[in-house]
Amino acid sequence: MIQVVLPRNLQILAGVGRVVELEVSGPATQRSVLDALEASHPALLGTMRDAVTKKRRPMVRFFACEEDLSDEPLDAPLPDEVASGKEPLLIIGAIAGGRR
Amino acid sequence: MSGVRLLVGTRKGAFIITSDGSRKKWDVAGPHFAGWEIYHLKGTPADPDRIYASQSSGWFGQVLQRSNDGGKTWETAGNQFIYEGTPGTHVWYDGSPHPWEFKRVWHLEPSPRDPDTVYAGVEDAALFESKDAGQTWAELPGLRNYPTASTWAPGAGGLCLHTILMDPTNHDRMYIAISAAGVFRSDDGGKTWQQRNFGLRSDHIPDPDAESGHCVHRIAMHPSRPNVLFMQKHWDVMRTDDCADSWREISGNLPTDFGFVIDVNANEPDTVYVIPITSDSHHFVPDGKLRVYRSKTGGDDWEALTKGLPQKDCYVNVLRDAMDVDSMDPSGIYFGTSGGQVYASPDGGDSWTAIVRDLPAVLSVEVQTLA
Repeated sequence: MIQVVLPRNLQILAGVGRVVELEVSGPATQRSVLDALEASHPALLGTMRDAVTKKRRPMVRFFACEEDLSDEPLDAPLPDEVASGKEPLLIIGAIAGGRR
Repeated sequence: MSGVRLLVGTRKGAFIITSDGSRKKWDVAGPHFAGWEIYHLKGTPADPDRIYASQSSGWFGQVLQRSNDGGKTWETAGNQFIYEGTPGTHVWYDGSPHPWEFKRVWHLEPSPRDPDTVYAGVEDAALFESKDAGQTWAELPGLRNYPTASTWAPGAGGLCLHTILMDPTNHDRMYIAISAAGVFRSDDGGKTWQQRNFGLRSDHIPDPDAESGHCVHRIAMHPSRPNVLFMQKHWDVMRTDDCADSWREISGNLPTDFGFVIDVNANEPDTVYVIPITSDSHHFVPDGKLRVYRSKTGGDDWEALTKGLPQKDCYVNVLRDAMDVDSMDPSGIYFGTSGGQVYASPDGGDSWTAIVRDLPAVLSVEVQTLA
């Protein structure tokens, strides 16, 4: 199971805790993980990436294994530690941006 | 038992404030959607326990919420607002062309007749319609394709469609207002539109009485007299008696005619309320005094209403969607401030009480009069 850590606002929106566990079919990529996350929690649709273009929202970042994967290609494989469930994919609301 | 329910949107969540018909004791519930900006909530006249809420965030974008039990529980509705066709450009702050981009829903207006039909006014300015209780949205593109649209420019808050008024006597007629483009009227249910800004004068545009470019902050209608509209423009308080075909100024003796809110007493179509704000560079009330101004003559002659409102050291703002009236007798008047206070007057404005003082900055106030 792949583990995804959500920021607090998205936890509230989806009605889940900090960690969501997902079964992903095929290779674990940003696209496949976010597809699975949105399919299991439709309230999150459009909040992390544009629902049509799939482009990441500017103030959302994806971290894993102490690396910033935000600008990696959507279909690039995620680290083995994420794919195996050993390490989580962290979805982060950037510390700057938005409105205070 | 009759009562009122206030739907309060703030910078950091939604609050639902209720009272019985006496409107003296209040119960505050919330925050709902804590941490999110709630630009607007509105109940459905045809089913008052159905409430829609616009929830947004600079990080996570737009979410639509719907309650079917008066705001006790909520479920997410559709949040896909996709412009029809290839959106063109409008004018950006620096004068350059800027692509139309969806940012947020400013205002939700449920149909007065059908609980499943609701309209959304959005930034960048466009009007969307849902016929399935907010699950799916379709643009009414005749507005955004209006010939002057490429010249529309954002006000300080963005290029927002912030006001939607439905004519209760003519189901095909509706009005919208865009900052900064002006007022538009449709006589065919939103398919086609006519710009209706004759009589407006704005010194911030090169041609002060141009057809387009006026920063209209808010328009209001009394349901018994839908041909008459009142407007708080960026500067100037205005009135039309002919369905917006022409406007005339009614600022009269106001201490300043800059402001955001304007509303009409539910029982007296010529009793109008505004809250003057010092200026567009000072977004707070004049002289440290929070004063609602009331005209009982449909404009021009205004009286300050101060009983119960702070009259020194007060520097709050009141935003365009943050005032509403109930339809009890006498009509209750409500508004929320940038300082987080929500004030209520159960007597048409004669006296005021802060029913809550320390909410996050208030973005919108709507009131439902419950049977």
